[in-house]
Amino acid sequence: MNIFVLLKRTFDTEEKIAINNGRIEDDGAEYIINPYDEYAVEEAINIRDEHGGEVTVVTIGDEDAEKQLRTALAMGADQAVLINTEDDLEEGDQFTTVKILEAFFDDREADIILAGNVAIDEASGQVGPRLAERLNMSCVTTITSITIDGDTANIERDVEGDVEKVETSLPLLVTCQQGLNEPRYPSLPGIMKAKKKPLEELEIDDLDLEEDDVEPKTKTIEIFLPPEKQAGKVLEGEMDDQVKELVSLLKTEAKVL
Amino acid sequence: MNFELTKEQEMTRKMVQDFARDVIQPRAIDIDRNAEFPEDIFKEMGKLGLLGIPFPEEYGGSGGDTVTYALAVEEIGRVCGSTGLSYAAAVSLGASPIYYFGTEEQKQEFLTPLAKGEGLASFGLTEPNAGSDAGGTQTRAVLQGDHYVINGEKSWITNAEYARSITVTAVSGKREDGRNIISAFIVPKDTPGMKITSPYEKMGVRGSNTSEIILEDVKVPKENILGDPQKGFKQFLHTLDGGRISIAALAVGIAQASLDRALEYAKERKQFGQPISNFQAIQFKLADMAMEVELARNMVLKSAWLKDQGKNFTKESAYAKLFASETAFRSSNQAIQIHGGYGYMREYEVERFLRDAKLLEIGEGTSEIQRMVIARQLGC
Repeated sequence: MNIFVLLKRTFDTEEKIAINNGRIEDDGAEYIINPYDEYAVEEAINIRDEHGGEVTVVTIGDEDAEKQLRTALAMGADQAVLINTEDDLEEGDQFTTVKILEAFFDDREADIILAGNVAIDEASGQVGPRLAERLNMSCVTTITSITIDGDTANIERDVEGDVEKVETSLPLLVTCQQGLNEPRYPSLPGIMKAKKKPLEELEIDDLDLEEDDVEPKTKTIEIFLPPEKQAGKVLEGEMDDQVKELVSLLKTEAKVL
Repeated sequence: MNFELTKEQEMTRKMVQDFARDVIQPRAIDIDRNAEFPEDIFKEMGKLGLLGIPFPEEYGGSGGDTVTYALAVEEIGRVCGSTGLSYAAAVSLGASPIYYFGTEEQKQEFLTPLAKGEGLASFGLTEPNAGSDAGGTQTRAVLQGDHYVINGEKSWITNAEYARSITVTAVSGKREDGRNIISAFIVPKDTPGMKITSPYEKMGVRGSNTSEIILEDVKVPKENILGDPQKGFKQFLHTLDGGRISIAALAVGIAQASLDRALEYAKERKQFGQPISNFQAIQFKLADMAMEVELARNMVLKSAWLKDQGKNFTKESAYAKLFASETAFRSSNQAIQIHGGYGYMREYEVERFLRDAKLLEIGEGTSEIQRMVIARQLGC
């Protein structure tokens, strides 16, 4: 089975994030594999271990993304592809990404493509479904369980806390939700083996794309941090009075009731 | 000159950091309070290959280097001194001497399971009357036919209750000048006559297992002698050279944790209408801590690098161990001071850092012994 994982290198949102001139500061930011993509890598490895085949991890980015690809290889993926856009592209959006991936998959046979549900940085959740559309594949988002039997996939997906069961057929693109699995830590032997695994580097030119073909359709006007959290309020007094006060505050101050 | 870590070293550091944060950190307070050895955590560390980092793949290891190993010890020490100490001792004292000095058969039988993480090993050197002066060893080994018979007592042996084998030093004869010949023997656990108990109530590193071993007519096959029978003393000095790097790395972890906590707290804690990190008295403490942590780390990595290059690292590992352990003690002490009354409370963990750090100025050669090692290297 040809298993592909779409992986994004992103900054760790649990670390401090600084914004300067409408851009997120690179310096000091910690970079990680997008956590939802980690579920995808883990699931891909499990599917391969059960059904055989190969896991290829693909990312679009610059040279620094090699570290995240190596980590996926250390977890157990078989090979990795870095589509390096550093020299060719200034800006990109979901359209750019999908267009590049569409070209990448043009001459590859994919039985299943796994991606994260969203990337924790911009959280658009668009790349997976849009790519499936372009590749004319079935697509199931926010999956929490998948079993494959021949060409049939039985999937459970998270629907706002409820579970929806879906049966579909391969080839298939899924996006992975928390709860699907518990991603493994890359083991030391895995890290050492990853050194020798193939990591191919492509540029958009290699995919017969020109800069104009992938020009973004959207423009980011501004990026800003959410307002800082204000100090909380502790209510005092008798329980009944506290409840009354809380309800009244939720109505008048917080305006959520 | 290149201060950059390799990709493998970076990845290992990140992996151990994640593992330590997710798996060990939530247990650290209980491990200390209940003095419970986290055996299950060691099983998981074994599966990740952490117990075999500096050993080659042919013996079940990961084929990493000393730098990678030091980074791993630091990251574990950063969340839990107890786990860090048992980890450092398992690799540097338990497994390493078998790797350095063992025969092929001994490596297959005793090292491979350790490197694969299927068990731990201990190093039995210290005795009630032979601490820094290991030449004063009183445990005796006598060759009787095909077996050595060992009698004696060992103190403060890390991990012994959980060890699958213990390397024990013993006097095996006398040289012509009348001085004792000390040899090392691999004693498998459950060998009749070897009694291991853990009667100690410790100040710090309370979750690390520390045992007393009594050896009464313990018979081991004569093939279990480790390395050159005449050079047991030299061998354990070499083992301790390597062990110092890992203790120093553990100290850097505790010092870094002290700095992290102190800095975080100083930015949050408000007195006189502003965060206490605005006050120079606090700033100077934090600046000193940050500088010393970085200097200590550099020395640890340099001595690990020297070891990896096959160069002499005796003096540098003593520098690292001495400076890093004293840095850990100073940093944790200042972290408590910056926390004020809260720092004296267990919940805030910095008092544990101080109790754990104190051991590092004593174990595997006191600070005074490190100064002696350095002075000797200077030609004194």
